[in-house]
Amino acid sequence: MSQPATTVPMIDAQQVHKSFGQVEVLKGIDLTVHPGEVACLIGPSGSGKSTMLRCVNHLEKITAGRIYVDGELIGYREKNGELYEISAKEAARQRAEIGMVFQQFNLFPHRTALENIIEAPVQVNGESVASATQRARELLASVGLAGKEQNYPSQLSGGQQQRVAIARAVAMRPKLMLFDEPTSALDPELVGDVLRVMKQLADDGMTMLVVTHEMGFAREVADTVAFMDGGVVVEAGPPSQVLDNPQQERTQSFLSSIL
Amino acid sequence: MSQNPPSVHEPGQPIKAHPVRHPGRWIAAAVVVALATLFVLSAVSNENYGWDVYRQYLFDTRIATAALHTLALTVLSMLIGVILGAVLAIMRMSPNPVLRAVAWVYLWIFRGTPVYVQLVFWGLMGSLYQTLDLGFTEVDLQGLLSNMFLLAVIGLALNEAAYMAEIVRTGIQAVPVGQLEASQALGMSWWLTMRRTVLPQAMKIIIPPTGNEVISMLKTTSLVVAVPYSLELYGRSMDIANALFDPVPMLLVAATWYLAVTSVLMVGQHYLEKYYDRGVTRELTPKQLAALTDAEGSAGGNVTVVDEKGNR
Repeated sequence: MSQPATTVPMIDAQQVHKSFGQVEVLKGIDLTVHPGEVACLIGPSGSGKSTMLRCVNHLEKITAGRIYVDGELIGYREKNGELYEISAKEAARQRAEIGMVFQQFNLFPHRTALENIIEAPVQVNGESVASATQRARELLASVGLAGKEQNYPSQLSGGQQQRVAIARAVAMRPKLMLFDEPTSALDPELVGDVLRVMKQLADDGMTMLVVTHEMGFAREVADTVAFMDGGVVVEAGPPSQVLDNPQQERTQSFLSSIL
Repeated sequence: MSQNPPSVHEPGQPIKAHPVRHPGRWIAAAVVVALATLFVLSAVSNENYGWDVYRQYLFDTRIATAALHTLALTVLSMLIGVILGAVLAIMRMSPNPVLRAVAWVYLWIFRGTPVYVQLVFWGLMGSLYQTLDLGFTEVDLQGLLSNMFLLAVIGLALNEAAYMAEIVRTGIQAVPVGQLEASQALGMSWWLTMRRTVLPQAMKIIIPPTGNEVISMLKTTSLVVAVPYSLELYGRSMDIANALFDPVPMLLVAATWYLAVTSVLMVGQHYLEKYYDRGVTRELTPKQLAALTDAEGSAGGNVTVVDEKGNR
């Protein structure tokens, strides 16, 4: 939490705006996440938290502001005070360093669990199939899915699919991981397994930005919690402050409505 | 109230009930079988069918060669049609409005006019263009445009491309957007995403209608007499029929060959569809089950074992 001021933040979002046509869903978001930290974005649906997450790896183009990941401007190049869109190739390289886990898992249905995990390391990073497979087996074991290597996603439960999806993202050795409501599509009894894997990742020092409705997870694992509503960050700080002693009326009413 | 005694109910015993009778089904089946038998008997005994001529020409080398020409027309036209169709599909989805418009006009023209008319038109190309003026040199097109086989392939392929374009486009658009996002988030380029994620999944949608297109193309080749090209199955059979003054047995010979080739193609289509269906079943193969058993000690009670071919 208390990082020395000299380190480059892993995420440095400055006055981020995002509009879909006439509708402005992000109205000036400032967000800083330091290396090794876990930040949780909470808030009612439609508050813009998933959009904010998707802006960090440029799945959404921001309309104003700047997002830096590990000191590097996302989506653009700045030259002589002018902004240039980066090429598709450069955008792909930036995304390769940022892992992402989706609410709907989005595993490749035509590939086995193992093939899902080795796909990007082999195709994007040019790792050998042998070493990628070796690492994929270790990752599958670490998320509690040893023996499921040859299973297709349709043969796995939602919770198992999401753990494969996490392993798939981790296999790229990202410096930052984004989680977009990773447990929202799961049956309640499957949520715990996924959260345990995420907690383990956090304990191993992964920098994470997590959009979630799991207040227990946020309280236990997060260094920072940001409450968003109506496209702005209403309140941000350590979970002990935001979750247990919220200052803003909107935060209070949201927290009391979900408990 | 019924006078009958109640059935003996032993708990846990499977139900042994008398099935509902369907006399109507039996009558309908008997009528249809009788009609079919009558038709076959009358056809066999009817001398006008010319069964002796049929037997004589069924395996005639000229007919077999013509069948090979038909197959060549089908394969070449489909090959060009699929490739051009994929290009048109990508043009239709392009962000470039000019490419989109050109693809749309192409589809409009080639789907909006009969293939027979198009084939006649290709046959007349030689009278429309004699030379191709490239500014610095002139290319003589006479030889090219008098090759009727080539014109037949071009005519069939360009028509087919319009239909394949729509099939490919539907297949690509059926892949969920989450698959694109997952690929992008992993740092995959557009081309890698297409090749590794989108096309393999789109294939499942594309293959069945494409199989139908192949079978349909095989039969459409009989129209290339319009070009005119007549060394394929139908044209050749009719040439022989005209010499014999006996069209019916030769038509039956041609029909038999079309049916035989179509049947072979249907078998191929079945296996292709099965290949692209992988990942759809929830059942575990023995290989997967063995891996699971290794890891967990035993298989769960809720799994069904199937072998690699999908048999239980």
